[in-house]
Amino acid sequence: MAETAQMQVSDEIAIRIENMNKWYGTFHVLRDIDLAVHRGERIVIAGPSGSGKSTLIRCINALEEHQKGRIEVDGTVLSSDIKNIDKIRSEVGMVFQHFNLFPHLTILENCTLAPIWVRKTPKRQAEETAMHFLEKVKIPEQADKYPGQLSGGQQQRVAIARSLCMKPRIMLFDEPTSALDPEMIKEVLDTMVSLAEEGMTMLCVTHEMGFARQVANRVIFMDQGQIVEQNEPEEFFNNPKSDRTKLFLSQILGH
Amino acid sequence: MTIMTDPQQESFRPSMLLNDTRYRSYTFQFIALMVLIGIIAYLGYNLVLNLRAAGLNISYEFLGEPAGYDINQTLVEYTSRSSHLTAAIVGILNTLLVAFLACATATIFGVIAGVLRLSNNWLIRKLMSGYVEAFRNVPVLIWIIIIFTIMTAVLPAPSAFRGDDPDASMILGSVAFTNRGVYVPMPIWGEGSMVVVVTFILSVIGVFAYRRYAKKLLYATGRLLPTGWPSLAILFVPSILMFFVMGQPISLDFPELGGFNFRGGLQIGAPLIALWFALSIYTGAFIAENVRAGILAVSKGQTEAAASLGLRPRRIMNLVILPQALRVIIPPLISQYLNITKNSSLAIAVGYADITATLGGITLNQTGRAIECVLLLMLFYLLISLGISAVMNVYNNAVRLKER
Amino acid sequence: MSDTHAESVAYVRDTMLPESPPPAAETGVTKWMKKNLFATIPNSVLTLAAILVIYFLLAATLPWILNGIWNATSIRECREILDGATGGCFAVLSDRWNQLLFGFKYPSTEYWRPALAFLLLFVAAAPVMFFKYLPRQMLLFTGVYPFLAFWLIWGGSIVPPLLLLLGFVAAYVAFKALEKRGFGVAVLGGLGVLVVAIILAGSIGKIEVLRLEQVQSRDMGGFLLNMILGTVCVSLSIPIGIALALGRQSDMPIIKWICVVFIEFIRGVPLITLLFVANVVLAYFLPPGTTFDLIVRVIIMITAFASAYIAEVIRGGLAALPRGQYEAADSLGLDYAQAMRLIILPQALKISIPGIVNVAVGLFKDTTLVSVISMFDLVGMIRGPILASTDWNGVYWELFGFAALLFFVVCYGVSQYSQWLERELNTDHR
Repeated sequence: MAETAQMQVSDEIAIRIENMNKWYGTFHVLRDIDLAVHRGERIVIAGPSGSGKSTLIRCINALEEHQKGRIEVDGTVLSSDIKNIDKIRSEVGMVFQHFNLFPHLTILENCTLAPIWVRKTPKRQAEETAMHFLEKVKIPEQADKYPGQLSGGQQQRVAIARSLCMKPRIMLFDEPTSALDPEMIKEVLDTMVSLAEEGMTMLCVTHEMGFARQVANRVIFMDQGQIVEQNEPEEFFNNPKSDRTKLFLSQILGH
Repeated sequence: MTIMTDPQQESFRPSMLLNDTRYRSYTFQFIALMVLIGIIAYLGYNLVLNLRAAGLNISYEFLGEPAGYDINQTLVEYTSRSSHLTAAIVGILNTLLVAFLACATATIFGVIAGVLRLSNNWLIRKLMSGYVEAFRNVPVLIWIIIIFTIMTAVLPAPSAFRGDDPDASMILGSVAFTNRGVYVPMPIWGEGSMVVVVTFILSVIGVFAYRRYAKKLLYATGRLLPTGWPSLAILFVPSILMFFVMGQPISLDFPELGGFNFRGGLQIGAPLIALWFALSIYTGAFIAENVRAGILAVSKGQTEAAASLGLRPRRIMNLVILPQALRVIIPPLISQYLNITKNSSLAIAVGYADITATLGGITLNQTGRAIECVLLLMLFYLLISLGISAVMNVYNNAVRLKER
Repeated sequence: MSDTHAESVAYVRDTMLPESPPPAAETGVTKWMKKNLFATIPNSVLTLAAILVIYFLLAATLPWILNGIWNATSIRECREILDGATGGCFAVLSDRWNQLLFGFKYPSTEYWRPALAFLLLFVAAAPVMFFKYLPRQMLLFTGVYPFLAFWLIWGGSIVPPLLLLLGFVAAYVAFKALEKRGFGVAVLGGLGVLVVAIILAGSIGKIEVLRLEQVQSRDMGGFLLNMILGTVCVSLSIPIGIALALGRQSDMPIIKWICVVFIEFIRGVPLITLLFVANVVLAYFLPPGTTFDLIVRVIIMITAFASAYIAEVIRGGLAALPRGQYEAADSLGLDYAQAMRLIILPQALKISIPGIVNVAVGLFKDTTLVSVISMFDLVGMIRGPILASTDWNGVYWELFGFAALLFFVVCYGVSQYSQWLERELNTDHR
């Protein structure tokens, strides 16, 4: 486990967030966020609901706009230039809580859509890539079905494969297991673990603390729009520093 | 879209008009606005040229001039010497009259047919879906014309009611269906009739007060008063008593045959009847579908939950199903009312003097003021529909389910 | 129950029970009638009342229909044949059949052309309506159909419609070729090619090839006119409706408000006032000297009318899509045009199909309103030339009954199709 956590983290910075602030109307959702993510790092973001953790990762691919501060992804500064936004979005994959597969397209079409239209990959090549990643998430046999015919866990694995087909250098996970039945959570987490083992840079908002212990090399705890504590998983879980973190951990692990 | 003040302060480049989310939307809106202005300017320019060529101008002075045509059914005083404006007002009132009448009867038809379509009686169900399909799938104009034809070509002339052994007879001696319209008894409001009317209005308020009191009593003490027969009693007994106390001030003027036509009573012209009935029965078919959908929209689980709490079927209907179904039914019902108002403009096809037939028909043809007349006409209907939309918004905001 | 089971709580079934039929009283016709017709006393009363209503309806119409006269030249002849008996004078339908269908000015030798166009309409519509069951290649014919139908109904040389068709094909090819360079560029390119084709069609369209006798728009009438107005206006209004709906959903205030004002204005006034505009007002807004056929002006106004309603239907479909679909499309890096075309519109349109069909049926019924501005559609033909003629003055029921039946068949058929499609789409992908 410790071995997994140490591998392939380079000095190169993948995401740099400096002094970032966001408001919904007058409500201050994110306050002075500073964060540097190294290439190959696996970061788990935890915190009570409404703490701004989902908003934080949605700002990284400009699904939400931040009003103040600077976000740099893979050397590209996130500005209001749509070319920059499109570039960052095609470099950063995202997996949603409710999968958001396109119900009118087959699994294969879901996976090839963006490579064909955004990356301008020839269709055959896109399909080969898609099959490769569908095999990786262990559902190549479902390629011609529609999302509605799959279970929640399978749909989420397709969603992961769909993002991977864009060959992203960074993956964002927004509570990927929260909408799943208990027996399906494991299959999605296994997929994420294997992704982590290959050295993908990952930011995961999740409540799966087991996953955090197993693969994360940093856990960030957020509350009221601020980063309250961050540490290596062992330290974070065994020796939390702030009172809020202790309270949160006791609530989430206590039962 | 994006307001990122801080990230970077780069200098403005023209390409940012298309590529920068801050300017992009302004660019598109500017283009749209320019295109719009261009179109309006082009049309306006053509209008000016055409008007100049025809020696015309835009003026509403014709509204003050005498109309010079007769209208056979009016709610306010009108003669052929009245102005075009008065003719338009007569038309507006006639539109509102037929729209109001048709809304009321269409609701009745629709609710009955909609509820019966859910009846557990197979034959009734089939009969009602026959009604709904037959009327929904044929143009309302054809229905208006058919009913108008019945009124004028099939019903007997007043002269048929004459003689010892007439071809036609009045229903209950008081209502006559003739090809000149329907004659019904007209109430004569004698001295003291206002007292009776006021008593009746107070009784209506009294019924609500009683029901409120009964509910309060139920909440306070748990005692449930009967509501059915006391309501009826409160509604009618005082009015009837007052009617006799005041010496029977309200009487009916029955239509009577005199010469070749009926005298007395109230004549309702064939065009009004045709329009009224056709609109109600046509729109009733649509309302029936709304009612049915509204009741079906309340999930079966609601009935089961209420039943499992021990509520009786009638109370389940009143307390659980109807309040929820009405939420679904009323918005489309209101837009059906709007449809009735708009469809009443088909009056022109049967010669009923509504606003379309007066202002948009005869006045337009006589004065040649096409632009002005059509503009006023559209303005009137727009005001009506904006009014109805406002009512709808108020209703929607009032009943919106309190949800997160 | 055996004693051993009664004594202990634990229980294991050793033999499975076979299926058995229900008691006799629970099945059969009597059971069905008791349950569905005479369940309670009020219910029985209702049933009897319904039977009475049906009896009166049949008693009034059946003899009239069965005893109808189909061969006569005037209403007087009809009455002579009937000699006081009840019966319909359906001879008017056989006598004026062509007028009812094609109007009274369409050249009688050319009736086969609109008739053929009507038949081909089914062939053209089928691959769209039953897209799951018919080969996609048939859509090619659907694409060709508008030009073919135009040529058949209006006549003239085949060159202009053919050139226009080629222009559309060329525009599509140009669009496809430029698509990878951006949606806007591709649309502009396609439009450019199209404009060139239109100019070409206008200039060399005089070449006479496969010439059919030319029929003027004002000579269209009868049910043909209703069909032309219905199909043309509905097909034109769908793309405009989509654009209006997208505009209304836009977050650019000016574009949004232009669309809102247009939609709400059109929805706020009756169609008949718009027809008045087409009839007497529109000409004032066109450049002096241009003359448009009344039918073209009417098509413009009815299309505007229909697109406002279709826009509202599609807006409902757009609103019904979960926000996650927009976000997923964004997060994959699709731009606005791609997201709309590939993700949002295919789903929104699918949800909107029943609503669009409702609007189409309503619009088709409303085409009868053109009779008010003295155009001779089916209703206009009946009220005008036919009922006014001395031969057939007074044959109301047969004529209006026929018109009602014709509309009923089309509208009922289309709405049944829409319900079938809704079921089909509901079971889709599940």
